[in-house]
Amino acid sequence: MRNHVWRPLYVVLFIVAVVLLVRKVYVPKDFGIQDRGYMYGFHRLGSEADWKAFPVKYRSTEYCRDCHSDKYNELKQSPHAVIPCEDCHGPAMNHPDDPPTLTIDRSRKLCIRCHARLPYPGSGRANIPGIDPETHNPGAECVLCHYPHDPRREAKK
Amino acid sequence: MMNRRDFCKKSVLLFGTLAVPLAAFELFDPTSLLAEKNDGKEVRWGFLVDTEKCVGCGFCVKACKIENEVPYNADVSRTWVERYVVTKDGKTHIDSPKAARDGFTTEKIALGEGKFLDIKPDDIAKGFFVPKLCNQCDNPPCVQVCPVGATYQTKDGVVLVDRTWCIGCGYCIMGCPYGVRFFHPVYHVAEKCTFCYHRITKGMKTACVNACPFGARQIGNLKDPDDPVTRTIMTERVNILKEEYGTKPQVFYLGLTKEVR
Amino acid sequence: MVHGEAWTIKELFVYPNEYIYWSIQIVMYPFMTGLVAGAFVLSSLYHVFGVKQLKDIARFSLVFSFALLPTAMMPLLFHLQQPQRGIEVLMTPHFTSAIAAFGIVFSTYAFIVGSEIWFVYRKFFVETALALQAKTDKSPVDRFRQLLYSVLTLGAWDIGEEAMHKDEKAVKILASIGIPVACFLHGYAGFIFGSVKANALWMTPLMPVIFICSAVVSGIALCMLTYIVTMEIRKYLLSLKSRKYIFRESMDELKSAEVHVVTMTAKYLIMFMILAITLELLDLIFRGYTAVKSWDILRSIIFKRDFFDIFILQYSIGNALPFIMLLFPRMTIRRAAAASVLVLLGVFMMRWNVVIGGQAFSSSLAGYMHYVMPVWPDSVESYKEGLFGALTVGVTPFVLFWIINKVLPVFGVKDSH
Repeated sequence: MRNHVWRPLYVVLFIVAVVLLVRKVYVPKDFGIQDRGYMYGFHRLGSEADWKAFPVKYRSTEYCRDCHSDKYNELKQSPHAVIPCEDCHGPAMNHPDDPPTLTIDRSRKLCIRCHARLPYPGSGRANIPGIDPETHNPGAECVLCHYPHDPRREAKK
Repeated sequence: MMNRRDFCKKSVLLFGTLAVPLAAFELFDPTSLLAEKNDGKEVRWGFLVDTEKCVGCGFCVKACKIENEVPYNADVSRTWVERYVVTKDGKTHIDSPKAARDGFTTEKIALGEGKFLDIKPDDIAKGFFVPKLCNQCDNPPCVQVCPVGATYQTKDGVVLVDRTWCIGCGYCIMGCPYGVRFFHPVYHVAEKCTFCYHRITKGMKTACVNACPFGARQIGNLKDPDDPVTRTIMTERVNILKEEYGTKPQVFYLGLTKEVR
Repeated sequence: MVHGEAWTIKELFVYPNEYIYWSIQIVMYPFMTGLVAGAFVLSSLYHVFGVKQLKDIARFSLVFSFALLPTAMMPLLFHLQQPQRGIEVLMTPHFTSAIAAFGIVFSTYAFIVGSEIWFVYRKFFVETALALQAKTDKSPVDRFRQLLYSVLTLGAWDIGEEAMHKDEKAVKILASIGIPVACFLHGYAGFIFGSVKANALWMTPLMPVIFICSAVVSGIALCMLTYIVTMEIRKYLLSLKSRKYIFRESMDELKSAEVHVVTMTAKYLIMFMILAITLELLDLIFRGYTAVKSWDILRSIIFKRDFFDIFILQYSIGNALPFIMLLFPRMTIRRAAAASVLVLLGVFMMRWNVVIGGQAFSSSLAGYMHYVMPVWPDSVESYKEGLFGALTVGVTPFVLFWIINKVLPVFGVKDSH
């Protein structure tokens, strides 16, 4: 191969070799074709573990029952039984360790998520008792009159 | 006798010719290709949305944003709820202000750019809410188009994004017909619904299923014939979104009508 | 702030996560790759098909295509949210994605153009290096230049007749490999868009072909324009009669060469324009005739919202007008230059209407998005994906050409073959 015509090819091959070398170092060891094949499963396997390790924040109503069984039973007797505790009380996270107290959303905005009247025949919304937030005691917090754990009762004074 | 120039030339040539086929082997590892054929899956996550039950409270969106650390005030969300109001003249009005994070508390339909449309209750023929989330397609077009293997499907059928590997080209966002993907405002990589992978793999429900008071959202294992979600899908008349794209969505809907986009 | 929020205005029902994620830089990307491919095809017309009339512009467009190469990559780096990870396209290419081919095709193409330039300039490298070697009192600049040109010869010092003949043959082979690669480079840019099934405006198998044709059109137009400009500068310098500039040609020679080259190039420009416009219109007519589900919203985009961009700027001013200008007999330099500018505008608007137009509607088919390009760069993002970012990309090839021209002089060098 004493032909000068191949000189640029050597340069190219050298560059390709460098790229492959870099690739060896740069790409994580667990990167490859996983369960779902090359089209859908080409990835770094460790990424799945990363996602599994993501912190859980909402613990579900059953978690709350362990300590607050009184409140749990009270709620379960009421028309609000379907509402999970954490929808109003916020995510439990590692309560009672962290945070020791939860911030409760007592705002009017929270209640009207369901109770602002929307006249939509065919949707579940039509079956929920509703008010017009513009005319029904505007500015007043709902919890002043209504007891959220059992809306049939008046607010505890 | 080999002079220096010849030596350099020959070693470069040798290195180059050796390196090329080696690289090819690495890309198509036959053992991993074989592994794909052993279809011993016992979990395939699926989702069921009952639009008849949804009241548009938006607790699911709120819970999702907090659980998955999507900035609360950013105008993007992994899940959202759409409102459809069909008037008696046959027109369909759709909106999802702030992805319905605060629920639907007014009759006014958001038209964008701060404009609203007032519809008289008498003109309404039907109105309903449709929760949306990633369909975790069996043929995810978003995964197919990722140039670097930063998004992928797990063995149990969930499509995830590797935040350490995504280059942020946005091709997956363009490739999704359902508009579920966006750029995370903090990490600046593609972001999407993970079916709360950290929760479902621990035996918990997703944050949105957990937050829904009305049971409009359910998650289950489609490989388990006794799972309530699987049973409903097998026995009831369910539908999927945008079937024409051939993506094979694994989020099933009860009460889907032609107006739903 | 969510990426895309700054320049997207939403109207009616748009999915909450939808924004115009592919903005001005993605318009620049196919436009710039188009120029690269077009310039290369133009130079190949001489090298492969022996179109003698293009000899003068062939060397020029080859070097210009080399100068354009890095700018095909620039808009992508400007656009990426994680540009430092861009190398991953070469590290872990996922070939089911149209973008994954970019690293490979682009490098192959760069190698081909680089090698071709090496063969064309090898004689010049050797001669310059030898001349500098012979020089007795060398300045540091001379010493640097001698080193540079010696390295550039890659150790091939033989410029005998036989060796030169081999070079010529190599150029011809490289140019003929280069044409399909250039077409592939750009065709796949069209494939990136054409294969997105989620986008009603983009998805058509015609997209790669349309992209190639308009690429060649824009490449030829830019080469013609730049050629005219450089020739005018040379004529101006010649008229100064300064001793600083020594030219081999006389004023009349320059003038006649210029008119000749421009007339010839214009003919090829017209040919490719006819092809490009035919395909684009075919696509439009087909969409209207078949009128599938998405046609309602596409029609409102094409004929109402983007009417000015599509029918006035792209088809009328960018296609029809220069077409007539080029068809008229007795071509003048000024007219050719004006037509080239309009053609470039037309192709740019075509890219714009594909990229931005394709995102002008929501995939819900029930709402619109309006793109407002950031002008003043008040943040990194509004620079990168705004007017100034686009201008940076647009200016770079000319700066590069100026620098490369210092090492590889395009004019006033006797061709080695």
